[in-house]
Amino acid sequence: MSMKLSTRQVDGVTIVDCSGRITLGEGSVMMRDTVRDLLAKGNKKIILNLGDVNYIDSSGIGELVSAFTTTKNQGGELKLLNLTKKVHDLLQITKLYTVFDVKEDETAAVKGFK
Amino acid sequence: MEQTVSYTLDSTLETVDHAEESATRIATELGFAEDEIMQISMAVREGAVNAVLHGNAYAPDKKVVLAFERTAEDLVITIRDQGKGIDLSGIPNPLAPENLLKTSGRGIFLMRSFMDVVEIRPSQTGTEIKLIKHVRGTSAAGKEGSQ
Repeated sequence: MSMKLSTRQVDGVTIVDCSGRITLGEGSVMMRDTVRDLLAKGNKKIILNLGDVNYIDSSGIGELVSAFTTTKNQGGELKLLNLTKKVHDLLQITKLYTVFDVKEDETAAVKGFK
Repeated sequence: MEQTVSYTLDSTLETVDHAEESATRIATELGFAEDEIMQISMAVREGAVNAVLHGNAYAPDKKVVLAFERTAEDLVITIRDQGKGIDLSGIPNPLAPENLLKTSGRGIFLMRSFMDVVEIRPSQTGTEIKLIKHVRGTSAAGKEGSQ
């Protein structure tokens, strides 16, 4: 299953609903382009909803890091929402779980932006 | 019973997907647990990415050879490329605080995290990565053999 992304706005926060695989190639490129496009349009409060992401590789992890740092460097804030066990475990193994702002509840995540 | 199957593949993204799918299928057939199948398929995917992207650099004239061998105690997966080789000493520790926010450099770390033994060495033509997963119920000597 390839990757699908869709965006929606909730109280000034852009939520990117991701499904499928974030892997080297199309999935990583889509993620990168989407976040850069959002930032270019001034959307700097971003939540990546990874609830339907069933697979991620090292390239995909790198893309999440890139999205996080790019957003931060432009004065924005990016959170991760609804990690599957696979993604959660990968972020733990790579010690990135505490680097990202990870949320389990969408409403709380939206309210948590400064 | 010992069995070996090998594939000679182009240096493309399709090869990476093929390698992962083959690993998933073979690990499933061998009766590995679901989490072990995920670990094996991900390690093989990372090894294939390494061969296609970093080794052969997508060169159309260079091939990746992927082999699966079932021994008495192990699933042994070998991935060979025709690249210029890896300088392992030049790969930073992705868990070091100063490297956590780097966007690459986690592939070999993930292979080592998911497999019982990982050997990376020069081959006659490029680099050879050997990934070993002990079959359940056999020796679980751990990762002491990792290099």
